[in-house]
Amino acid sequence: MTLLRIDAIDVHHGLLRAITGFSVAVDEGEVVSVIGANGAGKSTLMRAVAGSIPVSSGRVEVNGDDVTRLRAHQRIARGVALVPEGRKLFPSLTLEENLLTGAYRRRPGPWDLDTVYDMFGWMPDRRNQNSRLLSGGEQQAVAIGRALMSNPDILLIDELSLGLAPIVVKQIYASFQQIVVNGCAILFVEQDVSQALAIADEVVCLLEGRTMLAGRPADLDPSDVESAYFGATTGGH
Amino acid sequence: MTAPRLELRDLSKRFGSVIVADGLSLTVPPNQALGIVGPNGAGKSTLFAMISGELNPDRGTVLLDGVDVTRHRADVRAAHGIGRTFQIPRPFEGMTVFENVLVYATAAAGLRKAEAYRLAAATLERCGLGDVANRPAGALGLLNRKRLEVARALGSNPQLLLLDEVAGGLTDPEVALLVDLVNGLKAEGLTVVWIEHVVHALLASVDRLACLAGGRLVADGDPDDVLKDPSVRDLYLGHAGVLEEDLQ
Repeated sequence: MTLLRIDAIDVHHGLLRAITGFSVAVDEGEVVSVIGANGAGKSTLMRAVAGSIPVSSGRVEVNGDDVTRLRAHQRIARGVALVPEGRKLFPSLTLEENLLTGAYRRRPGPWDLDTVYDMFGWMPDRRNQNSRLLSGGEQQAVAIGRALMSNPDILLIDELSLGLAPIVVKQIYASFQQIVVNGCAILFVEQDVSQALAIADEVVCLLEGRTMLAGRPADLDPSDVESAYFGATTGGH
Repeated sequence: MTAPRLELRDLSKRFGSVIVADGLSLTVPPNQALGIVGPNGAGKSTLFAMISGELNPDRGTVLLDGVDVTRHRADVRAAHGIGRTFQIPRPFEGMTVFENVLVYATAAAGLRKAEAYRLAAATLERCGLGDVANRPAGALGLLNRKRLEVARALGSNPQLLLLDEVAGGLTDPEVALLVDLVNGLKAEGLTVVWIEHVVHALLASVDRLACLAGGRLVADGDPDDVLKDPSVRDLYLGHAGVLEEDLQ
């Protein structure tokens, strides 16, 4: 079953077209990675799917319903949750209070404080600590936990590994199976291409807002990925 | 005998029940590039805050070129020659790139007009930002934002440069450009302490690697040896695969 269908969307920042005709279908249990150089439009895409910024044209469907004109909080109720770039926790709230903000429009499902605390074993001891006293990487982990608290069907993660120690990145990737086994799907942005190719069922490569390459990692030629990632004329540098 | 560029003696700091520095001692000689890795919450950025003067340690001493600066404010330490970057670059977005660096050259390095202008212009060239000097900082892409973060720190004319995850979020070729920049600064005689999770960037640049966990150093020495250390693998890298990938 297709949980998320994005059909030929354009996204503008003022006069600048940041995304052009982007399409993808993400099925239940599927993990899809969006890769691309800085400025390719990855974060814009994630924010457009989450409803933080409007699309200029095209269509976004969640569970078969058109959500293109719904606002971000309405999309959360439909099962979309975003881990935004830059963490964006509420600095005046504790770790646990930040997690609970994710449950404000909680849907039925496996994720609650207990399951998030199981996933990030260090959190229970720090639950009452003000989030501004957490390290950058700890804040990133709380942002992921907060998104899970809504029990999303579609989890969007922008720059998953940013600020995280390698061991934590591995733990989070290992938990993807646990997340999708409950009928969820994941669309994530990853700067580390080899990591994305190793983890994802499908990879979509953006360059200047356009899809240059898409497919299952096993079917992709590394040189094609490199050309798509950096543009054929730059050769990677 | 030349004093170490940076010496930390028995630094301790806690936030409530969380210990972020636990009797930490560390010496960095002039012109060395030291990399620091460690799990999230190990106390790495707090360490930088105590070195640069944004946070006072509960106990212990910070010496710069043999001078005790522990009770000096951040601006005084900047004038002493400490420059630092922050994990999330927050330039003055409405100012130009040049003006951003000029702020540091005047307020932190204490230079007057012509000297400050010269330093800011030279710093931008050094950091590969000459072509975008007159653009608003808010219009920069991530690589140039990171470069500007380094340029602002260099604008204070430091002897000791503290880099906090400047490679995060960059593509591999962008990381390579940043490594070239850091290696160039090192070649010019700067002492560098670099906190980073992009381990291959550190391996391409640093002379020495330390791993911090729970506010203590669990390993310190040759970078390859530190990454092979079982406690570093347990605490930071995890097991299968990561070490081999990072050492390639």
